[in-house]
Amino acid sequence: MAIIDYRVEDGAAILSWDDKERPMNVLSGDALAELSVAIEKAVADDQVKGIIVTSGKQGVFVAGGDLQQLESLGSGPIDAADLLKRTGAVLDQLRRMETCGKPVVAALNGVTLGGGYEIALACHRRILVDQRHAQVGLPEAGLGLMPGAGGTQRLPRLIGLQGALGLIMQGKQLGPDQALEQGLVDELVESANLIPAAKKWIQEHGNATQPWDRKRYDVPGGGAGSVAFAQTLMGSNAMTHAATFGNMPSQQAILQSVYEGLGLPMDRAGKVETRQFIRVLQDPTARSMLRTLFFSLQECQKGARRPKGVPRFDVKKVGIIGAGLMGQGIAHVSAKAGIDVVLLDRDLASAERGKKKVAQTLERRLAKGRTTADRVEGILGRIHPSADYKDLKGCDLVVEAVFEDRDIKARVTKASDDQLGDAAIFASNTSGLPITDLAKASSRPKNFIGLHFFSPVERMQMVEIVVGKETSQTTLAKAWDYILKIKKAGIVVNDSPGFYTSRVFGTFISEGNHLLVEGVKPALIENAAKSAGMPMPPLGISDQVGLGTMHKVAKQAEKDARAAGKKWEPSPAQAIIASLIEDHDRWGAHPPAKEDGTPRAPGGFYDYHETGKNLWPELSTAMSPWIARNDQQPSAEVVRQRYLFTQCLEAARCLEQGVITDVRDGDVGVIMAVGFPAFTGGPFTYIDNYGLSEFVRDADSLSARYGARFEPPKLLRDMAAKGRSFYS
Amino acid sequence: MTDCFIYDAVRTPRGKGRMKDGSLADAPPLRMAKTVLRALPERSDFDSKEIEDVILGCVEPVGEQGANVGRMAALISGYDDSVPGVQLNRFCASGLEAVNVAAAKVKAGDVDLIVGGGMESMSRISMGAAGGAWSTDPELAWDTSFVPQGIAADLIATKYGYSRRDVDSFAVESQRRAAAAWEGDYFGKSIVPVNDCIGVTMLERDEHMRPGTTLEDLSHLKPSFEMMGRNFGFDAVAIQKHPDVEQIDHVHHAGNSSGIVDGAAAVLLGSRDAGRRLGLEPRARIVRSATVGSEPCIMLTGPMPATRKALAKAGMQTSDIDLWEINEAFSAVCLLFMEEMGVDHSVTNVNGGAIAFGHPLGATGAMLLGTMVDELERRDLNTALITLCVGAGMGTSTIIERV
Repeated sequence: MAIIDYRVEDGAAILSWDDKERPMNVLSGDALAELSVAIEKAVADDQVKGIIVTSGKQGVFVAGGDLQQLESLGSGPIDAADLLKRTGAVLDQLRRMETCGKPVVAALNGVTLGGGYEIALACHRRILVDQRHAQVGLPEAGLGLMPGAGGTQRLPRLIGLQGALGLIMQGKQLGPDQALEQGLVDELVESANLIPAAKKWIQEHGNATQPWDRKRYDVPGGGAGSVAFAQTLMGSNAMTHAATFGNMPSQQAILQSVYEGLGLPMDRAGKVETRQFIRVLQDPTARSMLRTLFFSLQECQKGARRPKGVPRFDVKKVGIIGAGLMGQGIAHVSAKAGIDVVLLDRDLASAERGKKKVAQTLERRLAKGRTTADRVEGILGRIHPSADYKDLKGCDLVVEAVFEDRDIKARVTKASDDQLGDAAIFASNTSGLPITDLAKASSRPKNFIGLHFFSPVERMQMVEIVVGKETSQTTLAKAWDYILKIKKAGIVVNDSPGFYTSRVFGTFISEGNHLLVEGVKPALIENAAKSAGMPMPPLGISDQVGLGTMHKVAKQAEKDARAAGKKWEPSPAQAIIASLIEDHDRWGAHPPAKEDGTPRAPGGFYDYHETGKNLWPELSTAMSPWIARNDQQPSAEVVRQRYLFTQCLEAARCLEQGVITDVRDGDVGVIMAVGFPAFTGGPFTYIDNYGLSEFVRDADSLSARYGARFEPPKLLRDMAAKGRSFYS
Repeated sequence: MTDCFIYDAVRTPRGKGRMKDGSLADAPPLRMAKTVLRALPERSDFDSKEIEDVILGCVEPVGEQGANVGRMAALISGYDDSVPGVQLNRFCASGLEAVNVAAAKVKAGDVDLIVGGGMESMSRISMGAAGGAWSTDPELAWDTSFVPQGIAADLIATKYGYSRRDVDSFAVESQRRAAAAWEGDYFGKSIVPVNDCIGVTMLERDEHMRPGTTLEDLSHLKPSFEMMGRNFGFDAVAIQKHPDVEQIDHVHHAGNSSGIVDGAAAVLLGSRDAGRRLGLEPRARIVRSATVGSEPCIMLTGPMPATRKALAKAGMQTSDIDLWEINEAFSAVCLLFMEEMGVDHSVTNVNGGAIAFGHPLGATGAMLLGTMVDELERRDLNTALITLCVGAGMGTSTIIERV
């Protein structure tokens, strides 16, 4: 056998799983077939009293199911009857293992996730090594999937419905202590004692009957038909429906599987789960999420788009100019990755303040037990506050994170120039100013690039790598090496005002304004955005960003227009924001203090109070000069479609204009950076799943009804005409 | 088609639906059913074998009121063995639906004399005891946006703009009218006291009422469904279905919603011929009834379409109805009904309703019908419409006319 090694020691058959063709063991058809053969061999061997299933991989038992196999199903229709049969065979094999008559112990030497934990559940005892990395659980839901090898049936029968639902639906992974406490495993042991402990249990106990196969078994906490069951299902239905807006088929399917299966004998329960598992696969959501959030994201995390042939560049020292919020975050993640950081600001006090903020963030993590005092000390020790550009000498990379002002940016670029060697690169963390223009201040425009981080930098994984006209491939490769060193994921974007993610996101906010001006009820504007899967609704975001900021942009545009001798006419949305500020003194959720220094109460599109917030009841009346009367409110479905379409269309325009060059980057980028709904798999996947011709047809009808912004770009029309899709 | 006449209508007083002090709670629920079923042949002096079926509404038909309580009630009442029985469940309109189905059998000529009614012991069989898939089966719950009734009632109040003061004022008036009706002995003709097995009276008067309730009294009550709505996702589910609502204003509480009580009611229905043969005097006729389905999440807006349908089928207008009875499940349901149908409060629920008396689920519809027959006679008016909102998004309406 190639995967499972079989040996007998002290009356125990030890089945050691080591898939040499893969870095980790995964639950594949081949592996399971071998496992079955080994089980039968052990059952037939009179010398064998019990069976131990373990792994030959260091630190890993079985890491999960075979995702590649799932992805290979593609986006086409699924032969449900065939898949039901194939998955049924997996379930039968596990069922055979737990009813084979000899005790089976799972000796879990490390990571035991997904399919791996489902195998463990079909054993009679689970012993886990007591090591921090030995995570246990059923994380499938995190990828829009669900357990498909009996997990939704055995876990509730083992630990009770409520506990199991919580773990499965949130895809939680538990460390050893919690896994023991919640009953996912029976025993924790030191690594060296794993096999001996398993042997000992076989010798001393060796029970070969699962709890659910015993007479008078009852599900802990109450099984199907109990009041607790009904209450748990009722609550879980509402809370999950509320939280997912019905956008995540796997969440409903997990509940359905437990609801239908818990009362059945185990021999029949698996099929109920398989039906739901296949239902999840039949819906494009799971496969879309899997492709984008697992495979494509992995490419962004590994630097698949890094130019080939450029030697690896090790950033050992980085200079960060501007110790504000972004600068602090970039300093933090760089120092965490072992890079020496010069944190530079106008004066030393500002730079030191920046470092202090990093220290405070780390202290909070320390208090929560998420880091150690040693690490904190190490990180802070690598951050050197400074006000002297000479300290940038020897930096491999400088990132400027100063105000979004071309003059200031030009000044810091020039000031750094003399200190840097020719191999060093210079990056601007601008959120939208064209990189090609900013590079003009540099004596080495080839070495100039954009690195658009998102806030909070410690938590946001995505970085837009912006390539200007002059940026060299070597600089791009070096930027990638830095991104990978600080463990971020990157997408490559060509220079354009707003780059990619902000452009797409901007259309969402702007659609909210269009709806407001059309006279759509504010509650509907906000609720439909949430149900579309956007993390925050547009009016709520405007309040958070601050109406003052938006007002300033409009005023600047007015000034520019007047200076150019052009007539200025504010858009209705601009007029509404101007009126909120000037007539009603409403500046948003975090208003600036008044001119005399007294604080201003928060309030914008929303009223804010201790218990929460609600839309300003006067909004529609007070803004009536700019808001149309609308007796024909659109359905939430139409509003939802407008939000998704306007963003997808902008993404397609970015592709057409060469701002992005890879649809995988396009899909991953907006989900990770600006909260485009994850369940769609990204804008390009959304268009594919919608169907190119259907998308173009519906965009045309939105355009006819609501404005030219819905006009599909030529790229989409051509693709639709040729019957093409983005992935295929 | 044969006309169907109402010959008699009786009901028990409503006992508090609580084990600790409900007056009807210390006898099996069949005791209430027996009380009303025995009264019908006794009051009109005919043999029970003349009755061709007993149709009883019951909403939690399990345990001691389970397994076809219609037949059990006929048997325990000493009806002739030839009298069959059946239980039906149209949730809150079960009692009225039982009358409607019974009437339809008469109109079709299948039977000549029949009993329709209902019963519910809410003290002994708690609400929800019958289970059901609506809230638990994910497929059903998600597709229909299931929320509990109280949340639906609060959604109605929010969506149609009824404030806490509006719903409380309606409740105060219900208590006032209920007390006045008892004071004036408007119910005397139809209420049959419930006696125990040794002939001692258990209850002879509705015991859930709180006469003299004021707005100030009600203002102290906490909303009943706020915690559930906010903490268990129900508000959010309701808002997803009704996205024009920003947040739900939880206005309903124990004082402006129907009370939990025990009770039973029975209505004697039959053809003109049957009445003549047995010497019974017809009191009113069933003109038309209708039941419709409506959006299940907001759930309780069925009375309007059901009423419109019944009126249309009868060729009548709202102006043709003299008195209106809408079950006081929740104040907002009644306020919306009056507003949408253009019906004045002065001719609606003239003797109070379930906010004061309580709502014994399976029995209420038949009780309201009886109340209306009495009141039409007392006021010497002709027509009445009885309607109830129904769980899972339905509504039932019945039009009656004095003869």
